[in-house]
Amino acid sequence: MAIDTDTARRVAHLARIRVEQERLPALAQELSAVLAFMEQLSEVDTDGVEPMTSVTPMQLKRREDVITDGNRQDDILANAPDAREGFFAVPKVVE
Amino acid sequence: MTELTYTEPKPKIYAGATGDWELVIGLEVHAQVASKAKLFSGASTTFGAEPNSNVALVDAGMPGMLPVINQFCVEQAIRTGLGLKAQINLTSAFDRKNYFYPDLPQGYQISQLYHPIVGEGEILVDMTPGIGRTVRVERIHLEQDAGKSIHDMDPTMSFVDLNRTGVALMEIVSKPDIRGPEEAAEYVRKLRQILRYLGTCDGNMQNGNMRADVNVSVCRPGQYEKYQATQDFSHLGTRCELKNMNSMRFIQQAIDFEAKRQIAILEDGGSIDQETRLYDPTKGETRSMRSKEEAHDYRYFPDPDLLPLVVSQDLVDEIAARQPELPDEKRTRFVTAFGMTEYDASVLTSEVESANYFEAVAEGRDGKMAANWVINELFGRLNKEGIALSESPVSAAQLGGIIDLICNGDISGKIAKDLFEIIWTEGGEPADIVEARGMKQVTDTGAIEAAVDDVINGNPAQVEKAKANPKLAGWFVGQVMKSTGGKANPQAVQAIVRTKLGLEED
Repeated sequence: MAIDTDTARRVAHLARIRVEQERLPALAQELSAVLAFMEQLSEVDTDGVEPMTSVTPMQLKRREDVITDGNRQDDILANAPDAREGFFAVPKVVE
Repeated sequence: MTELTYTEPKPKIYAGATGDWELVIGLEVHAQVASKAKLFSGASTTFGAEPNSNVALVDAGMPGMLPVINQFCVEQAIRTGLGLKAQINLTSAFDRKNYFYPDLPQGYQISQLYHPIVGEGEILVDMTPGIGRTVRVERIHLEQDAGKSIHDMDPTMSFVDLNRTGVALMEIVSKPDIRGPEEAAEYVRKLRQILRYLGTCDGNMQNGNMRADVNVSVCRPGQYEKYQATQDFSHLGTRCELKNMNSMRFIQQAIDFEAKRQIAILEDGGSIDQETRLYDPTKGETRSMRSKEEAHDYRYFPDPDLLPLVVSQDLVDEIAARQPELPDEKRTRFVTAFGMTEYDASVLTSEVESANYFEAVAEGRDGKMAANWVINELFGRLNKEGIALSESPVSAAQLGGIIDLICNGDISGKIAKDLFEIIWTEGGEPADIVEARGMKQVTDTGAIEAAVDDVINGNPAQVEKAKANPKLAGWFVGQVMKSTGGKANPQAVQAIVRTKLGLEED
């Protein structure tokens, strides 16, 4: 499957990454190349092989239902361009 | 145990200009897991905290942070699944649902699209005694909640609080089996009741701990049956999703409005756009929420930070062994064991606390009488005063004591109500109060005879009338009850009055 410039533009928009018009054809080509490699992988016969999610036989790590974190409002807001009264302040978004 | 049987409710019909229409409704209910900490972090879930104080760095989407799953939340999802008679998937997995919004700092929500932890189950939605529908549940998955945006604190800015970000939600998805606004509200009520019995969600809709997205479409009579026969959605109309409803009343109103809106469009020759809509309770209407060019493309993919969630059958069995008795079973048991009506059983089992209170009162006593006292006297009074059962001034032991006094013949039903009143306002041991205040029923025939004589001697004219018209004997009984302060045994008074007046026994 090849990615055209329109698809590249849409994907960039969904990811909220600004790509200038003249950069789109090159981006589309790169994405197409990635997909081509994926297609090559799918030529391998994997019938009857369980999909692998980890190279080591690991179990999903669990935590107990205990409060161990929080009360660090300053840390949380440290990178906010604008914060007021303990909130992040962002340009108005109303549905 | 015998099962209660139900007939399915009739679908709600909307009469249009071109013929009848029916509704098809499916719900996605988001129920917050009653956990202390969040789904993937150790931050607190407490409601109403200082903004952005219940936030861990992983919730804020800081680089390099990894989610670690809360085992308790996993267990609550399993418990809920078992409560809805659903299949539990021993292996499930987490996916990322990608979208941008200021209250979603990760840029994605961790959810379970492809492999949910719970599969198909069912909920009996009982409308009134004998009328109910079994609604199929498609799945339950675990996911993260988003943060909260506040739009009315500043004219140009929205304020974002991440305290709710990452709190564990169970999304409970029904099949499109619901056929009217009332049924939809009843479905939510029943689901809430089951969750509260299980203790997996507190069901607090006001705080947003339980909210519903409602999918509504309309079709012509007969189309729905074709869908049910084939499970082919093409027989149904295009649906609209009403987002984030947090009240049974609004759910009902919004569905009703939405049905009429869709019917009007179709009858005008138009077509329905599949879209997300918001209900505005003040205007009583729904409006489109997102413009079409912003149509969401979530680009789901497996979350690379999380291995598949594998649970053992042993854990599932262990949770199953500790399941509480659920509303349907309890209601059936109350009907069969205590001989009460299904209606009374529904009232008593609406909350597990009510059922427990009733059972404490009924223990070793007449079940029907206990039900009567709990529902009519106690619940009636609590409702009137706006007091919760947990705050009731009359305990189950005290109410039981009152019933014992009636059954022993110590007090009449009428005096019992006075006694209830005394205990409600002053407290105390029922038997002690009756003794101390001389409220005991007079069964001593001599004393009653004396009282009857007084009334007869004092009212010769009435005596003559009563001899001619035996129905007037009741007046004497009333006078005697009055002069004894209601303490005389009414049956004994009745018998003595009739004898003294020389009336035949009926």
